[in-house]
Amino acid sequence: MTAIEQPVLTLDPEEAGRVRQERLERIGRWVLPLAIMILAIWFWDRICVWNEIPKYILPRPGVVLQTLYDDAGLLFSSLLVTLRITFLSLLLAVIGGVGLAVLFAQSKWVEMSFFPFAIVLQVTPIVAIFPLINIYVNNQTVKLLLCAWIVAFFPILSNTTLGLNSVDRNLRDMFKLNGATRWQQLRYLRLPAAMPYFLGGWKIAGGLSLIGAVVAEFVAGAQGQSSGLASRIIEAGYRLNAPRLFAALILISLTGIVIFLVLSLVSHLILRRWHESALKQER
Amino acid sequence: MAQAPMTASGESPMLLALRHVGKVFSNGVTALSDVDLTIREGDFLSLLGPSGCGKSTALRLIAGLSTPTSGVLDWRGSIDRANIGFVFQEPTLLPWANVFDNVWLPLRLKGISRAKAAPAVTEMLARVHLTGFENAVPRELSGGMKMRVSIARAMVTKPRILLMDEPFAALDEITRFKLNNDLLELWQDERFTVVFVTHSVFESVFLSNRVVVMAARPGRVHAELAIDAPYPRDEVFRTSPDYAALCRQASDILVNAINTSAGPHHDGH
Repeated sequence: MTAIEQPVLTLDPEEAGRVRQERLERIGRWVLPLAIMILAIWFWDRICVWNEIPKYILPRPGVVLQTLYDDAGLLFSSLLVTLRITFLSLLLAVIGGVGLAVLFAQSKWVEMSFFPFAIVLQVTPIVAIFPLINIYVNNQTVKLLLCAWIVAFFPILSNTTLGLNSVDRNLRDMFKLNGATRWQQLRYLRLPAAMPYFLGGWKIAGGLSLIGAVVAEFVAGAQGQSSGLASRIIEAGYRLNAPRLFAALILISLTGIVIFLVLSLVSHLILRRWHESALKQER
Repeated sequence: MAQAPMTASGESPMLLALRHVGKVFSNGVTALSDVDLTIREGDFLSLLGPSGCGKSTALRLIAGLSTPTSGVLDWRGSIDRANIGFVFQEPTLLPWANVFDNVWLPLRLKGISRAKAAPAVTEMLARVHLTGFENAVPRELSGGMKMRVSIARAMVTKPRILLMDEPFAALDEITRFKLNNDLLELWQDERFTVVFVTHSVFESVFLSNRVVVMAARPGRVHAELAIDAPYPRDEVFRTSPDYAALCRQASDILVNAINTSAGPHHDGH
């Protein structure tokens, strides 16, 4: 499409309609969710006013925002504690998940033998395991990390394992023909091929490690041993400080959203040149 | 341009002989039965036959990707896998690597650095007319270009024998003709040996100096046809009466082979 062609381009009604439709969709994608969100917050505010709900039951949005500002020091220092656990456990989940997947990929026998253990770890609710960890582990940080790790590592492990095993058969033959060693096959073929799968697992694990961290803090916080956001929520709950409870809640979900967006962006940047999932739609 | 070294009457030395080669899979299917085939140095040999005749299996045996159940593969002199180039039906490129890296790969696996491999890779890309596309990733190339990359990758190690498994089957006719011509040109310049699996009569006659027709169930050699037309072959040959006559001959043999192929049913050809 050149600049000269552009002005003389006359569209028939069908094409013109399609262009209009696309433009509307592009705007709507951002405007609609925002509008609904604003409407919902307004409705929340109205409900509080109409029903004269006291703020220790349901605070108005403005009050929550004010609390977020007033308690910023306290809340953000707690957020940092939670974030530290989240990122450390995500890091460990990546190392552990990919490491185990590579180990499993070395031999079907290893995978068959040990994969069930990973599944057992995954399906047992972390809240049920925590009392045990609490008995065996003394260090508070290690305790929380272990919890968050157990929750987060599985999607990375299972996705990466799947990726390492879904290499094109012909490519595998090609490597064999060229006398590739096991290490070369892993380094130049299987790991890059597993990348999209790994990144998919990573995105899930990002959210899960936050959930894992918060859940672990909840269980630990109930025993007054934690200073993360979850313990702020529990504390606020005891004191009927609903505005602070809401403020902490909002911080947690914002954190989750930011983690997801960042991981999605990184994943997109890595895959954008070659993988179907990251390519712009063409017609 | 160099004249092709030999015709089917073949005075050039033997490179590989398949002697009474058979292959039975674990599911009981006899893919190949008692195949005798001599491949001479510098041959452009096509394996032509209906699906299920074991042409691809034969190619995998030659490549060493599979071992025969019975019989032997008799290589003249020692040959290791480095002397074998293989082009698959699909381009089979690394989707995350650019064209240069894809062609570099066989050398890289042999421990040759990017800098040291660069002259060979660049030259090979020029030979397949892809100069300037070094940094493109496969996704950005057309089907024909991807196949060129695949050929360059197979040839970058200067193999003595190039095995091709229906490499152009998925391409449109115009692209296929172009690649046929370019492949012949490459072959005449480098004088390697080619074993070319195809189910196209026209392609096999145009390219080869020998067409080996195979029959199915069990897979076996049905007949051989020498294509004595001189090289270089070009569009003039493609429209000549000689070519038409040879295609007719090959086609008759193929029909015959299909009729002698046992089996549940065969599709009309």
